[in-house]
Amino acid sequence: MKLTYLDWTIMLVYFVFVLGIGVALKRYMKTSTDFFLSGRSIPAWITGLAFISANLGAQEVIGMGASGAKYGIMTSHFYWIGAIPAMAFVGIFMMPFYYGSRARSVPEYLKLRFDEKTRGLNAISFAIMTVFSSGISLYAMGLLLETLLGWDFSVSILLAAAIVLVYVFLGGLTSAIYNEVLQFFLIVFGFAPLVFLGLKDAGGWAGLQTRLATVATAHGFGSGAWTESWHYMGSSSANPMGVEWFGLAMGLGFVLSFGYWCTDFLVVQRAMAAKSMSAARRTPLIAAVPKMFFPFLVILPGMIAIALTYKSGATGFALPKKLDGTFNYDLAIPMMLGHYFPTGMLGVGLTALMASFMSGMAGNVTAFNTVWTYDIYQSYIKRGASDQHYLWMGRMATIFGIAISVAAAYVTTRFNNIMDMLQLVFAFVNAPLFATFLLGMFWKRTTGHGAFFGLLSGTIAAAIHHGLTLPVGAVAGVKGGWFGATHIYPSEMAQNFWTAIFAWTACFVVTIVVSLVTRPRDDKDLVGLVYSLTERPGAEDVPWYQRPTVLALIVLLAALVLNIIFW
Amino acid sequence: MQLDIRLPIGLMFALLGVLLTAFGFLAGKDVYQKSLGINVNAWWGLVMLIFGVIMFLLGRRGAAAARLTEESPEGKKIEEMEHRAGLEK
Repeated sequence: MKLTYLDWTIMLVYFVFVLGIGVALKRYMKTSTDFFLSGRSIPAWITGLAFISANLGAQEVIGMGASGAKYGIMTSHFYWIGAIPAMAFVGIFMMPFYYGSRARSVPEYLKLRFDEKTRGLNAISFAIMTVFSSGISLYAMGLLLETLLGWDFSVSILLAAAIVLVYVFLGGLTSAIYNEVLQFFLIVFGFAPLVFLGLKDAGGWAGLQTRLATVATAHGFGSGAWTESWHYMGSSSANPMGVEWFGLAMGLGFVLSFGYWCTDFLVVQRAMAAKSMSAARRTPLIAAVPKMFFPFLVILPGMIAIALTYKSGATGFALPKKLDGTFNYDLAIPMMLGHYFPTGMLGVGLTALMASFMSGMAGNVTAFNTVWTYDIYQSYIKRGASDQHYLWMGRMATIFGIAISVAAAYVTTRFNNIMDMLQLVFAFVNAPLFATFLLGMFWKRTTGHGAFFGLLSGTIAAAIHHGLTLPVGAVAGVKGGWFGATHIYPSEMAQNFWTAIFAWTACFVVTIVVSLVTRPRDDKDLVGLVYSLTERPGAEDVPWYQRPTVLALIVLLAALVLNIIFW
Repeated sequence: MQLDIRLPIGLMFALLGVLLTAFGFLAGKDVYQKSLGINVNAWWGLVMLIFGVIMFLLGRRGAAAARLTEESPEGKKIEEMEHRAGLEK
């Protein structure tokens, strides 16, 4: 891929604006609340776009494109039964407690609702997790730019890290949120023409369908396996994902999606920065609207890429192969950018790709510096210092958080397996979380001991399940089976979904049992933290189309319609 | 008054739009073989320019901006809570 001066200029313009926003916001960072919570003053549409953009990192863009090629339209389950219902739920039912309790972070909510040890467990595992995930996404970016453009690995990761460092250091959460909104639009504008050109090359939707039928039959599935999202879900052997409807609905739709969108501070922090309760509740609902259409932006290119590989279009696009002869699915979107975009648009497309890496990283960094400062430093290291001291600590945390990410990216280049292991451990820690929040918010009898031991047992259950099972064709190790494989799943994804289901169930049951034998807290301590003891937030004086319940119904209905159209 | 996010977004897209449109209309057309003969720079550049201008104009009128904690009622409540709980001086 060759870049011209025009492409370089476009990238430069983007970098100037991103840094400029940080510089312009510097003088508004007067207190720690400005830095970590944007003074709780941001309008809902901005926090809403930031809510999805923070999640729009490398995993989303590259990963969803790759899955689109590998599994076809079934990948949309991650959106249409995964993210959307979970986002509606967090907006309607959970935000009143997150926002109304004045907790400044998700771990702090756990402290208010349960006890110190539950908060500590969550804060520490979350802090470690975020810096390492930002390291992994840096690594992915460095590798991609090296493959695609021949850029030096160190130069690209250090440059990206430095830019994120500068704008978060100067402008805190506000700067991250503003840039996420900018990045959101850039990603939409950068990828939309790609989908248009790719689809045109494949002969429109009808042409794509016939081409994908070839792909499906070549893999030994029914002809619609790549273009019909539910039709082949009856049995795990009938679809490329290797999952049946129950594992999908429970594992992905319920445990994993609700666990991520409802409890991950990376996204919840954006809603906490909103300027009022109704704005906070609308944040995930506004986010759900563009989120719903993202499959057309990120999954569709992957589907087009694989379709054109099997049945060539006018311009002869084909997916590249790895050394072992299998397709390199991760390159689906990047290679299409290079194939269809002329100089100029190519600059916009590549900048959008880089923007997605940076927004993902900045999201992790702001979540890390907040949890570090509020839940670890202020709680266990230095309490009762001046506000300016915590503001300073937030800036320091930004620096060392990014430094650890960069180090983690280098470690990954040497020991790929260590990162796989780490991600696995994170999955074990995350899987049971939603059970804790669900019980904590809706059952006032839940106790701190119950929550703590529930979380531990959930994590242990996940590890045991993983150790006893293997996806088909894998050898025992990082993929599981280290206690001896007693069950073989048809795919890695099926194994992940079931690991999550086991972890969630273990946490749910143990939390209830331990809660019943331990002493509950007084009702008066739980006001504002538990559903039955909290006044429902009134409609506030917003017009009907801004009411959270109305928005949630519209969003859910639209998701249902999309499911039916692509059934 | 704080920085309205629509101003930088509008400026950036208008600038990128001008760059692309100008290049699309003025420079050679042989690069568009890749994009199926469509001059994507000119067309999409124009769309980006219009989007940028609209965002900029909206930003000039409205007030979609973060505010200082001291000007935001919810922000002030957080500060009060921090003092009451003894989290900071």
